[in-house]
Amino acid sequence: MSTTPPKTPAATAATTGPRGAAEGGLWADAFGVLRRNRAAMVAAATLALLAVLVVVVPAVSPNAFDRPDWDHISAPPALEGGRLFGTDSLGRDLLTRTFYGGRMSLLVGLVATLVSLVLGITWGAVAGYAGGRVDRVMMRIVDILYALPFMFLVILLMVLFGRNILLIFVAIGAINWLDMARIVRGQTLGLKEREFVEAARAMGVPPGAIIRRHIVPNLLGVVAVYVTLTIPQVILVESFLSFLGLGVQEPMTSWGALVNEGAQELETAPWSLVFPAAFLAVTLLCFNFLGDGLRDALDPRDRSAG
Amino acid sequence: MLGFIVRRVLDAIPTLLVLVTVAFFMIRLAPGGPFDAEKRLPPQVEQNLRAAYHLDEPLPLQFVRYVGNLARGDFGPSFQYRDRTVTELIAIGFPVSFRIGGLALLVALLAGLSLGTVAALRQNGAADHAAMAVAMAGISVPTFVVAPLLVLLFAVTLGWLPAGGLGSGPANLVLPVLTLALPQVAYIARLTRGSLIEVLRSPFIRTARAQGLPLHTILRYHALKPALVPVLSYLGPAAAGLITGSVVVEQIFGLPGLGRYFVTGALNRDYTLVMGIVIFYGALIILCNLVVDLLYGWLDPRAVQR
Amino acid sequence: MAEPRRTRRRALPLAALALVLGLGLAACGRGPEPGAAVPAAVAVGGATGTELHARQVLRRGGGPEPETLDPHRAEGVSSSNILRDLFEGLVGEAADGTLQPAAAASWAVSDDGLTWTFRLRPDGRWSNGDRVTAADFVYGLRRSVDPATLSEYSAILAPIENAEAVIAGERPPADLGVRALDDLTLEIRVRAPTPYLLGLLTHSSAYPVHRPTVEQYGSGFARPGRLVGNGPFVLDEWRVQSHIRLVRNAYFRDAAGTVLEEVWYYTIENADAELARYRAGELDMTYTVPARQIGWLRENLPAELKIAPYLGSYVFGFNLGQPPFRDNQPLRLALTLALDREILTGRISGAGELPAYTWVPPMPGYPSPTPEWASWTQEEREAEARRQYAAAGYSAERPLRLQLLYNTDPNHRRLAAAMAAMWREVLGVETELLNQEWQVFLQTRREGFETEAFRYGWIGDYQDPYTFLEILHSRNGLNDMGYRNPAYDELLAKAAAEVDATVRLQLLSEAERLLLADLPVLPLYFYVSKQLVKPWVAGFEPNLLDHHPSRHLRILAH
Repeated sequence: MSTTPPKTPAATAATTGPRGAAEGGLWADAFGVLRRNRAAMVAAATLALLAVLVVVVPAVSPNAFDRPDWDHISAPPALEGGRLFGTDSLGRDLLTRTFYGGRMSLLVGLVATLVSLVLGITWGAVAGYAGGRVDRVMMRIVDILYALPFMFLVILLMVLFGRNILLIFVAIGAINWLDMARIVRGQTLGLKEREFVEAARAMGVPPGAIIRRHIVPNLLGVVAVYVTLTIPQVILVESFLSFLGLGVQEPMTSWGALVNEGAQELETAPWSLVFPAAFLAVTLLCFNFLGDGLRDALDPRDRSAG
Repeated sequence: MLGFIVRRVLDAIPTLLVLVTVAFFMIRLAPGGPFDAEKRLPPQVEQNLRAAYHLDEPLPLQFVRYVGNLARGDFGPSFQYRDRTVTELIAIGFPVSFRIGGLALLVALLAGLSLGTVAALRQNGAADHAAMAVAMAGISVPTFVVAPLLVLLFAVTLGWLPAGGLGSGPANLVLPVLTLALPQVAYIARLTRGSLIEVLRSPFIRTARAQGLPLHTILRYHALKPALVPVLSYLGPAAAGLITGSVVVEQIFGLPGLGRYFVTGALNRDYTLVMGIVIFYGALIILCNLVVDLLYGWLDPRAVQR
Repeated sequence: MAEPRRTRRRALPLAALALVLGLGLAACGRGPEPGAAVPAAVAVGGATGTELHARQVLRRGGGPEPETLDPHRAEGVSSSNILRDLFEGLVGEAADGTLQPAAAASWAVSDDGLTWTFRLRPDGRWSNGDRVTAADFVYGLRRSVDPATLSEYSAILAPIENAEAVIAGERPPADLGVRALDDLTLEIRVRAPTPYLLGLLTHSSAYPVHRPTVEQYGSGFARPGRLVGNGPFVLDEWRVQSHIRLVRNAYFRDAAGTVLEEVWYYTIENADAELARYRAGELDMTYTVPARQIGWLRENLPAELKIAPYLGSYVFGFNLGQPPFRDNQPLRLALTLALDREILTGRISGAGELPAYTWVPPMPGYPSPTPEWASWTQEEREAEARRQYAAAGYSAERPLRLQLLYNTDPNHRRLAAAMAAMWREVLGVETELLNQEWQVFLQTRREGFETEAFRYGWIGDYQDPYTFLEILHSRNGLNDMGYRNPAYDELLAKAAAEVDATVRLQLLSEAERLLLADLPVLPLYFYVSKQLVKPWVAGFEPNLLDHHPSRHLRILAH
């Protein structure tokens, strides 16, 4: 994500716009607004709790995430043995596996989204601001990347780099930045004609600085919203990758993989779908409300209004 | 305007050429070939097959041959479906995908825009949270779970709708369209909400409100259009994706669309079929994005095309 | 895994939502597909139990889209099933899979086992009314092995004299050891006694084709309106990735014996989707059954679930060209013994597969050389496994680190994970599981640079141990294990030249005994075929090759 905008004289001069770039307490103010948003704070607290749980629970659980119990295959949830979520089709404890899988999914969600964020904002803002030929070429490249068969890309990555877990993140982020780039560019097209950008331009602020200080900060609202859509997408793409052999390998797991397995036992062992899916859904909802809160917090008009 | 369209159409040619080149070599780099099966062919048979499809020639020569045929509108024969040409397969598959994807797009737009608008108008109220929770449900539960659930409920248990197949009446379309539309509802609703909130705060809307214009007038004539910019940025490629079919939906509902060809084609290394669909899809993306860029100007006159 | 009957109340809110969205419309219009679900008001088969339904339409799950319906170029299971309805070879199969006369009324074999003479039925007809003659079979067999036809399966005809040379392009197709002695007499010469020749002749590669239409339309002849077959049904409609419809062939020699009027094959590659359509009443019988649902089906639809032994072997191969398995029989034995097959087949793979201790599945007449440890208890096996593991030079301090490769598939994944857990428990082996997409997997396995242990499955083409044993011949292209044992090769060669069927099977059994001592593969289980068949489908009998020609089936009143 963008770093704190530096304080420069040029910036203060151009504060006629909705967000006249680097006001001193932007982030402090934003945090203040965010704290007043109940839904966002509950969401943030839930996510923090989840983050702690996915680290702690697998470590302290009496049932290892990869130890099958041949006598309790697809057993329903029970207090006995601490199998509160039941077991999977190999008799492995689903509680431990759900939290263990959460590690992978949260990590993928965050890292891949970050990758797509950086790539998408940079590409989209530059293309939108530069306009003309640069824009055309950059956006046609995006078109090409859209159309490239993702499956082959994955197969090739797998062959070339083997199974590097870092690569999974990068690969996922590298496919998901395209939407972000298009959205950012669309917004930039409108923003760059606004008074405050024109003022900055008239003052001779170099394009790079205008993008950093005037364009990007004003994009963050829409970006924050789109991030909340990217995270679930990324988490699910991960489960598709394991279908192609690049995702997590057994006996490791992720929410995407668990939900995928559970979906095959909809009727026979509903618990194997319900628990991972519930965790996935709650996480996504939390990111959603947190994203909304961030959007409001980052919107200076909102602050003046209330 | 006309000049812009002409230029973009001319742009499409090099774009597609780059796409063809990259895709062609990428697909060939993947391990395996169209005639590799578990049961290995006698060498002479394999040799004959490769010669019949010109796979024995050096790759650059194959590429030149392929592009040459392409220029004449010939996508070549499918390797997997021996007796059919790629053109024929696309002609069979696309209408099905188009019908289902187009309907899904319509449903998603209707539901997504409504939910998004309601949420934006009641920002942070109960209606907002409810609308967003409904919308997010669409991406929290992945398609491969939703589709079997819907089938189980409406086809197997209730017997109201067919479980799959093409049929001739509208009944066969209901579940696939619904499944396909659900995640899109989430995207559209979230993006609409985010950007509508932003637009509603902008000075010109505040002025309009101060003048006492009724809310629905403001929405209809002033606010909704610019708020659609990010939705549109997202919709360009999403629309292309929707109407070219989703493999999950087509497999689960047994629909003969393009998405299924693409995945079976990729798994079987049916080079020509995959290439054909990639090119077709790429051209559609370019077309959709062109339409989107044209609409930008209409929605937000500040984002003029130059 | 008892699941309470589904209550309908729970479903109402969601259903209401769908209605509100305006999507609950038109629950009726089912389209052109025949015979919608019918409530079981009438007893199946009426009063007598054999009464026929007024509409003789069979709706089958067809599996993946057939690559072609040209019998000589088709290779998949789904296309073979349809071709079995469209064409008829010299030899056919009864509902239970036993061989029976088909286009040929009778046959005889010479004393040296090298010349077969087939007497065709005089009433054989193509679907356009033309007579089926011996020349059609000669044309068909020559076309099948002709390299220009681009058949991928023609190698199955290799036992016929000169077939290999023709396939290799070294001789013209006319040199194939097949000739028409007269209109109704066909002679096939084989290069060595081939007791399984009759089984081979049921394969689509040996079907006749109608010469005038093939010559008129070339490779595009296998389309509705063009395809002329000699089977009980004709191709009426082919909607790619949706369905293929066959209708009764009025010219078929035994048209009076064909009860079904129409057969629909629905293209469904996803087993879960197929099950849903079966349960929704849209299919009368399925192509397969998802392994994970078998437990549920046993509880809920026990009478409709048909599970039968299938001619296939599920094993894991060891790469003998690399450490740790090169020259290390004790290690291979340890890993083989340490697995509890009762658990793997009974609780993990789930369809009641037969635990395997040999490479060749049980076949009538074949004396299976079951190893001694097959009769031990699991505790005894594990104790011996630990001894062998130690003998191979491994211990708790110095455990084996093993990479287990399989192709991406939920069932393989579960099995591999269970095996890894068993090895860890019994021996302390640290297994790394690695899955790869099918084509990548095939290439990795074939190259053998980096593989250690890998999944290997084999489905027999015909009922003879040779179709399995030849894989491990040192020069066989499918020998990804890299097994090379001259004694083994020699026994196979001796068997190939043997005229006496019993002695031949003894020799093959002897070869397998060598194989099982060397253990280039780890036998796990023998496949079963799994299907769902509605109670009103009569004439269905499970069989070893899982072949169910539609002409044996009919729809009872219901």
